[in-house]
Amino acid sequence: MSDLSNGLQQTVQAAYQSKTPLNIIGGNSKSWYGRTAVGSPLHVSDHSGIIHYQPSELMITARAGTPLTEIADTLDEHRQRLPFDPPHFGEHATIGGTVACNFSGPRRPYAGSCRDFMLGCRIINGKGEVMRFGGEVMKNVAGFDVTRLMAGSLGTLGLLLDISLKVLPHRLAEQTLTLDADFPAAIEIMNQWAATPLPVTAMAADGKRIYFRICGTPSAVEKSRQQINGDLFEDGWSFWKALREHTLAYFDDPRPLWRFSVPQAAAHIQTEAIDEQDWFIGWGGAQRWLRSDLPFDAIQKLAHNAGGTASLFRDKNSDKNRNENSDGSSHGNQEGEVFAPLAPALMQLHRRVKHAFDPANILNPGRMYREL
Amino acid sequence: MSTHRKKTPIDWQPFILEIAKLVSTDSLLTTPEALAPYECDGLSVYKQQPAMVVLPNTLEEAQAVLKHCHNKQVPVVARGAGTGLSGGAMPLENAVVLSLAKFNNVLNIDASNRTAVVQPGVRNLAISEAVKHLNFYYAPDPSSQIACTIGGNVAENSGGVHCLKYGLTVHNVMGIKFLNMQGELIELGGNVLDSPGYDLLALMHGSEGLLGIIVEVTVKLLPKPELAQVVLAAFDDVEKAGQAVADIIAAGIVPAGLEMMDRLAIKAAEAFAKAGYPAAEAILLCEVDGTEAGVHDHIQSVEKVMQAAGATEIRTSQNEAERLQFWAGRKAAFPAVGRLAPDYYCMDGTIPKAALPSVLKKIAQWSAEYQLPVANVFHAGDGNMHPLILYDANKPGELEQTEAFGKKILALCVEVGGSITGEHGVGVEKLDSMCVQFKQHELEQFFAVKHAFDPDKLLNPGKAIPTLHRCAELGRMHVHDGQLPHPELERF
Repeated sequence: MSDLSNGLQQTVQAAYQSKTPLNIIGGNSKSWYGRTAVGSPLHVSDHSGIIHYQPSELMITARAGTPLTEIADTLDEHRQRLPFDPPHFGEHATIGGTVACNFSGPRRPYAGSCRDFMLGCRIINGKGEVMRFGGEVMKNVAGFDVTRLMAGSLGTLGLLLDISLKVLPHRLAEQTLTLDADFPAAIEIMNQWAATPLPVTAMAADGKRIYFRICGTPSAVEKSRQQINGDLFEDGWSFWKALREHTLAYFDDPRPLWRFSVPQAAAHIQTEAIDEQDWFIGWGGAQRWLRSDLPFDAIQKLAHNAGGTASLFRDKNSDKNRNENSDGSSHGNQEGEVFAPLAPALMQLHRRVKHAFDPANILNPGRMYREL
Repeated sequence: MSTHRKKTPIDWQPFILEIAKLVSTDSLLTTPEALAPYECDGLSVYKQQPAMVVLPNTLEEAQAVLKHCHNKQVPVVARGAGTGLSGGAMPLENAVVLSLAKFNNVLNIDASNRTAVVQPGVRNLAISEAVKHLNFYYAPDPSSQIACTIGGNVAENSGGVHCLKYGLTVHNVMGIKFLNMQGELIELGGNVLDSPGYDLLALMHGSEGLLGIIVEVTVKLLPKPELAQVVLAAFDDVEKAGQAVADIIAAGIVPAGLEMMDRLAIKAAEAFAKAGYPAAEAILLCEVDGTEAGVHDHIQSVEKVMQAAGATEIRTSQNEAERLQFWAGRKAAFPAVGRLAPDYYCMDGTIPKAALPSVLKKIAQWSAEYQLPVANVFHAGDGNMHPLILYDANKPGELEQTEAFGKKILALCVEVGGSITGEHGVGVEKLDSMCVQFKQHELEQFFAVKHAFDPDKLLNPGKAIPTLHRCAELGRMHVHDGQLPHPELERF
C-alpha cells in the first residue's frame, strides 16, 4: 500500500542513461505470456493500493501493483465490478499486468474489453518521465488517447503507475443455460442469439453443447430463459470462472495453447491435422482456443483463412522447446514470434511509436515482437 | 521540440495545376465562391479561406494528392461534413483542404457478424438507416448525427446522448484503413474483436486529423433494444437533481441516457420545441432500454429514486411518440438557446458528477460578473457539461470576454478533476486550455507520437496540441494561486 513512483522513476532514468533493458514484473502471474522477457528485473508490485474509488462516479483509480483480488473485493462491497471480467491466472495478478496484457474475460464481446474501460493512467516512459494521460471522467478527448494505447502494449511503451477504470454495477440476476450442438451449429446459434436484444453476457461452446449466460433483472432473466429454451446449468458461476481462469479440463494439456481472434460468425475451422476436441470456442465465436503442436506458420494460415489472426497464448513446454529448437524460428514458443506478423508498413509504424515512448529500447524489449 | 520551421510560401498557381492532373476536373475547388463554404467548420467564429479544396473520387486519387503534397511539403487538412465544434477542420492559410465527402458509400453490411464497412463520408445516421431492415443500429449518436460523417466521428471520438451505456466512437469501431502523408494505406483492426500489436486503432480515435487520413471504417452494429422508455423528473433545486443522478447509479441502473437541463435551458427549449417541460430549476431525462421485462423493472426503480430525491414532478413516457416528445426539447436545446441571444458559445468540459453543484454555482457567479447569461445542458450520466454562454458578437469585445469566461470554466473543470473537452475536441479552440491540462513532458510526448505518424508535420499542423512556446506565452497571462504554469520554460 505505498507509492513508489519516485523510486521507480529513478530506476528508469538510470536505465535510460546506461541503456540497460528492464524486465517489468508485477505479480509475475503472466510471465508465460508474450515473448521471453530479457533485461534486469524491475519489481513493481509493491507500488500498490487503491487511490480513489467513488462508486457514484463509476470509477476507480489504483496503483498498477494493486492485486486484482483487492480491487474486486472493494468493488464488490458496493455491488460493483470490473465490467470486462478479467482473468487472474494466479492469486497475485495485478491490475497493471492485466492492463499490460489487455486481458478480458467471457463478458468481453457484450460488455467491452479492458482497454474499453480505461479512463486514464500515469506512466513512466522510457526516458524516465512521469506523465498523466486521460483522467477520471468518462469522456475526455483532450490530447491523443495514450491511455488506451497502453492496454496490451506489454510494458513496452511505458511503466504503468496508476490506472483509472470505469466500473459498472453488478447485474441483479444471472443464469446459465445449455443447448446441445456441435461446433458448426454452435457458431450459427450463438450468432443468431447475439443478433437479438436478449441480455446475453457470455457464450461459449465445447463441441458438445453451447453455454449461454443471461443477466439482468429477475423477470428479464426469466423471460429470456423461456425464449432460449435451454437446460438450466446449475453451477454456471463455476463454469465461467473456470473458463476465464483456464482451469477447465480442456486447458489441462501439455501442448501449446493457441488463441484465434476471428470474426464471430466465421465458419468452424476444420482440417485433418486438428482433432475436433482440441478446439474450444469462447466469446460467442470471436475467440477460439486450440491445443496444437502445429508450427506457427501453419496456425497463422488457418487463422488468416478464417479472416483473423492467431497468437501463441501459452506454451507449457516453452523451456523444453527452447532447448530443442534454439533458433525458435519454426515452432511456437516464446523465443520465436508469438503474435501474428504485422504488415510491413504497420510494423514500421510500430517501431516509430515504440521509439516515441522508449527511444533507448529499455522497456520490456522484445516482449511483444522481436524488434519492439 | 522545434516549433518554428522556416516555410517558404507556397506558389499556389503551379501547385493547383499539378494537383489538377491527379484528380478529375470536378474534384478541385479554387474559386472564391466555391471555397467560401469551406472557410470554417461548426465553430464559425474562426474562419480562414483555403487556397484550394480537393475532393478525391477514389482511393487512388487521394493517395496521389497526398503523395504530391508530401513531395512539395504542403500541409493537408482533412474534412468530413465540417460539423465539428472546435475548429479541427478549419482550413489553414498554407494548406490544402482534403474533403472526404465523395467517399460516401456503405461498402458492406455483414449481417451475421453484425458489422458494416463504410467509407468515411457516410453520415452517422445513414449507417443506422442502412441496417434498419436487419433490426440493427449504430449506437453513437452525436447531436449532429443527421449531418456528421463517420470519418469525422473517428477523428473526434464523438460521443452522444447514449454513450453512458453504449460508449463512444472508439468503443463502436472495430477497424479502420487510413492513409499516411506519403499516401501509404495502413489497416488497423477489422472484423474481429482484437488484433495483434499496439492499439493504434484507439490512438487514431480523437486524433483530429493529425495522424492520418481515414478512408474506411468498420463499425459494430447492435440489435435494437425491444423497448426504450424515458422518465422526466423536475426538481426545484439543481443539487437535488445531481443527487438523483448519483442515486440512480447507486441503485445499480445503467441508463441508456441521463440528461440534465437547468432553468434557462428548459425555458428556451420549451419556447422552441413545446415539449411540455414543466417550469423547474432542473429537469432530468432518464432513458432505460433493453428487454421489455428489464425496462419495466428499471423504470419502476428510477421513478422511486426520483421521488426519494425530491422530484416535484415525474412523468414516464407511455409510448414511442411520447418518448420522442420528451427528447424533443433536449435535442433542440442548442438552437433553442440560440434564439435567446444573437450568438452563443458552446463549452464542452467534463467533471466528476459530484462536483456538479459547486461548478454550476461558480459558473453562475462568473456569469453575473461577466454579465453574460449561461444556459446549462449536461450529459449528467457521464459528467459532460455544455454551458452555453450567450453573447452578441456585434458588441465590441464581447466575443473576447466570452472566450475568457469559457477558458475559466475549462480551467475549473481541470481543477475539479475533469477535462477541457469531453467530445468536441481541441481543434484550434482549446489550444490554450490544453496548456492548463497538460505539462511540458506530456505535450512533448504528444508531439513524439505525432512525429511517429507524420514526421514532416504536414497533417493538420498546429491543431489539437499547443506548442510549448504557446503555453509559455500563455503562462505569462495566467498566474494561478501565485504559481506560474510551466516555470521550467523560458519566457519570451
